[in-house]
Amino acid sequence: MIELSDVHKSFGKVEVLKGITANVEKGEVVCIIGPSGSGKSTILRCINGLESYDRGEISVEGLKVDRDAPSIVAIRTQVSMVFQRFNLFPHRTALENVVEGPLYVKKEPRAAAFERGRALLARVGLAEKADVHPPQLSGGQQQRVAIARALAMQPKAILFDEPTSALDPELVGDVLGVMRKLADDGMTMVVVTHEMGFARDVADRVLFIDGGVIVEQGPAKAVLNQPQHPRTQDFLRRVLHPL
Amino acid sequence: MKGFWHDAVEFFPILLNGVALTIVVTIGSLLLSTVLGLVWAMMRVSGIGLLSGLSASLINVIRGIPIIVLLFYLYFVMPDLGVTLTALQAAILGLGIAYSAYQAENFRAGIEAIDKGQIEAAQSIGMGWWLTMRRVVLPQAVRIVLPPYGNVMIMMLKDSSQASTITVAELALQGKLIASSTFKNTSVFTLVALMYLTMSIPLILLVRHFEKRAGKR
Repeated sequence: MIELSDVHKSFGKVEVLKGITANVEKGEVVCIIGPSGSGKSTILRCINGLESYDRGEISVEGLKVDRDAPSIVAIRTQVSMVFQRFNLFPHRTALENVVEGPLYVKKEPRAAAFERGRALLARVGLAEKADVHPPQLSGGQQQRVAIARALAMQPKAILFDEPTSALDPELVGDVLGVMRKLADDGMTMVVVTHEMGFARDVADRVLFIDGGVIVEQGPAKAVLNQPQHPRTQDFLRRVLHPL
Repeated sequence: MKGFWHDAVEFFPILLNGVALTIVVTIGSLLLSTVLGLVWAMMRVSGIGLLSGLSASLINVIRGIPIIVLLFYLYFVMPDLGVTLTALQAAILGLGIAYSAYQAENFRAGIEAIDKGQIEAAQSIGMGWWLTMRRVVLPQAVRIVLPPYGNVMIMMLKDSSQASTITVAELALQGKLIASSTFKNTSVFTLVALMYLTMSIPLILLVRHFEKRAGKR
């Protein structure tokens, strides 16, 4: 469904992606792990055209991702994104955040969009927060609204960019719970994360990225429990046993 | 003091005619400067090199010319080029253009103060440039822009007096005419100053209200 072939990307003189080739099948949950600055987030941002790439090709359901082409709108409505810092619209209520895309991008009828918006908020456990503005919500609640906003576009896949990294530890569970339910419902997901427990339990596959290349990939349990590459082993040791 | 009250009663109605024109000039040029300022600001943040460069140069040219010279140009030079404006039209046009540069910089600052994540979130649900502006950026920028916008309103009210230099009989010119024909400079100009102040006070309160609201979030 999502295919990357030999994708290169530089910021100025720094090459962050040095030839990424990977694909994500429909219904698959793929976690991308790796040290900070390894290019994990950049991959996601290239997939939905928030960032351009220099070489190689990315395609979503056969459609080439080109952030300057009109087709990028179609791709973005099919591949939603959830951000580390939520990026909810602070001047709109939780419900208005969720229906913004359906109403103004997809031009859905008002009543239907709002009804579906409420159902989505209920699905992420926030039915009673529909009329609250984001600044009055906790980080975990904001992120769940952001997930509902992504779902409202009825996407074929959702990209999660470190969705729990900005949260207080006790709120991480709520967000991961919602994401696990999504995975169980068959949503295609690409998740950049440091939550190894989530990756092990929920992901079908894990990609370990370091220095802009995929160092190791495979079934989640295999990569996380028996990493083959010394860099993967070193990274996992440090993440799982920091002391 | 008794003389002042007597003069005030006599001159007030004449000066009120001036007030009416002052308000017309202020509101007219405020609207024009707002529209032009928005256009310049949008060009500036459009991400299109040609538009943004054009807007930057325009703003600098406008900023570099004194308002009074702009007014003279519109009123005295334009007829030579075949465009004859009434004094009132020239005043509104001149002040509107002059202030559009400051409005544009103010609007641009407000737009650029919006977190980049907001724009990315809008893009990620498929919004294009204009929709992102209209639904996400501008509504948030308004809160930031309003307090300085209020200050511009106050400055424009006072600078509308420059229209007197091209014969618009607004408050300042009315005052000057009365003073030069009656020699009651003290009474007349005190009255004129008080009338400007009276018009400014509601605007000053409005700015305070904007500032309080902007500070809330």
